[in-house]
Amino acid sequence: MIRVLKRLGLMVLVIWLAASINFLLPRLTDRDPIEERLAQALGDSGGSAVGIEEMVEQYQAKFGTDRPLWRQYLSMLADTARFDLGVSINYFPDRVSQHVLTALPWSIVLLGVATLISFVIGTFLGALTIWRRSSAWLARIVPLFMVLAAIPFYLVGLILVYVFALVLGWFPPARGYSVGLNLGWNPTAIADVAYHAVLPALSIVLAAIGIWALSMRGMMVTVQGEDYMNFARAKGLSDRRRFWRYAVRNAMTPQITTLVLSFGNIVAGAILVERVFVYPGIGTLLYNSVLLVDYFLIFGCVFVLILTVAISLMLLDLLYPLLDPRIRAGGEAHG
Amino acid sequence: MARALPATPLEWGSSRRRWRSVFLYLGRNRSLGAGLLLLLALFTLVAAGHAFYDISLAEPLSASPGKPPSARYWLGTDKQGRDLFAVLIVGTWLTAKVGLLAGFIGVVIGTILGFVAGFFRGWIDAVISLLTDVFLAVPPLLILIVIAANIQGSMSTDAMVWIIAALSWREPARRIRSQVLVMREAGYVNTARLNGTGSFGIIFKEMMPNLLPYLMVSFVLATATAVLASVGLEALGLGPQNEPTLGMTVYWAIHYSAFLLGMWWWVLTPVITLVVLFVGLYLVTAGLDELANPRLRTGGAR
Repeated sequence: MIRVLKRLGLMVLVIWLAASINFLLPRLTDRDPIEERLAQALGDSGGSAVGIEEMVEQYQAKFGTDRPLWRQYLSMLADTARFDLGVSINYFPDRVSQHVLTALPWSIVLLGVATLISFVIGTFLGALTIWRRSSAWLARIVPLFMVLAAIPFYLVGLILVYVFALVLGWFPPARGYSVGLNLGWNPTAIADVAYHAVLPALSIVLAAIGIWALSMRGMMVTVQGEDYMNFARAKGLSDRRRFWRYAVRNAMTPQITTLVLSFGNIVAGAILVERVFVYPGIGTLLYNSVLLVDYFLIFGCVFVLILTVAISLMLLDLLYPLLDPRIRAGGEAHG
Repeated sequence: MARALPATPLEWGSSRRRWRSVFLYLGRNRSLGAGLLLLLALFTLVAAGHAFYDISLAEPLSASPGKPPSARYWLGTDKQGRDLFAVLIVGTWLTAKVGLLAGFIGVVIGTILGFVAGFFRGWIDAVISLLTDVFLAVPPLLILIVIAANIQGSMSTDAMVWIIAALSWREPARRIRSQVLVMREAGYVNTARLNGTGSFGIIFKEMMPNLLPYLMVSFVLATATAVLASVGLEALGLGPQNEPTLGMTVYWAIHYSAFLLGMWWWVLTPVITLVVLFVGLYLVTAGLDELANPRLRTGGAR
């Protein structure tokens, strides 16, 4: 119970931190970022000036620049708590949340599937390297994956685009679905989306397998030195049973911790993968808003990503007791 | 993942024997050797390029644009008229500079925080640990994007260093703290304390020398993380617009759809350079980890 509360507190703190940084940064400069940015964005995009005064007014009313700083801060926190992320500059008068919510499912599905695949393969490979030292191909292939893990996803993605889309022509080089496709829950659409998702997913999987393999290997080393492993061998248990029920089972819990800790980095890394593949997820939205200097949309994307990470970390933490009976009994986890 | 372990004092022989043993060790610790070799090769190329190549060709409009690799332009030129070989030389240096400086600042701040937390414990440890935990829970790139988006127009590599350093203290702080926690209970520290050595002597004479391997690992790790963050920001278009860093080159290449124009050399030059840099840094970190943490050595590390 204390764990859950601690976790929740940490999540609230993280969200508060993100909101505060967003509040503070524009105020650290003495310029008026809102007006400047609106004018610049309209100039850049050559959009009509219709509604610019309305927009400036709306934002100034919202930030209430005449009120004392602490009141502005409190109203900002209240807005954020209600998920009111404001109005996009570029797509005025659309709300930021509207655009973010359209893009989010694409990212979640791509990332979720890719993470799951790499987690399963990586954990299994990492466990096997320690278990069967004799296997020669494993000894070669696993270090290769670990080296691949040092390379950011999007660079792997760029190389994959070059090889599989441009040289070989097996997969589309970009986009999340074919032009003119009727998106919906029909087999054609699903197959088309899956076909387009192969390369982006593969670039995440290839680079992430090594992360899981590396940490699982470390855990297996520790577990193998434990007394119960010797005891299991002495009892004459089969190799298979010792591997799955004794070694992997016990090495898995810290492995989940690693998953929890690195999830944020995977999400952040995937932003650029989407950019490389022009995938219609939140990464591409973020990139476009950077390009158009749409500060509110930028923060909206970042905020939702931080929220996603914080919530999924908490969920994983809550699922923890199902994996490790020692925690279920009520004892604190070791560290 | 490195785990906190009691540090074993390193044994150093005479100077000549020391160098011999260093090379022998590099032969055994293959990932450290390979990593150092990769980085050394890259930086020899950069240094030689600075000395012998006309690096002003890295400026836009200084070469004829969009040319494939040839005898004149070894790696071709981009659409804006930069010679990509000159970009490689200048960009690698700029990217490495951001990484090293931000990594260094991060390690210094992180070490001080981690040391204070681990050594003095009590409320100050609670505060520092909470702060570290909260910041560790935020994906760094996301916070950096918000910061960088605010000063977008006036971004330079120097500003980049400080922005990235603002988050690169987190890992070193945690790493050093857990190490100090273990060390302050170690036998030699207790012996020194019983001998009447003050806090100052214990910190700088007893603990610091033994922390050195961990500081080294932390520094390389922080540098790698800082390079990762800076290249990520740049590839999103948030880096210095006028400097040909490797990340900005990736950004311009994607921006102008270099692949669709058939200009594969424009993408592959920065990408492959970055791959060499990242793999080199990773191998060095892995090797140093093995050096600082002898238990991994028996763990079937290859």
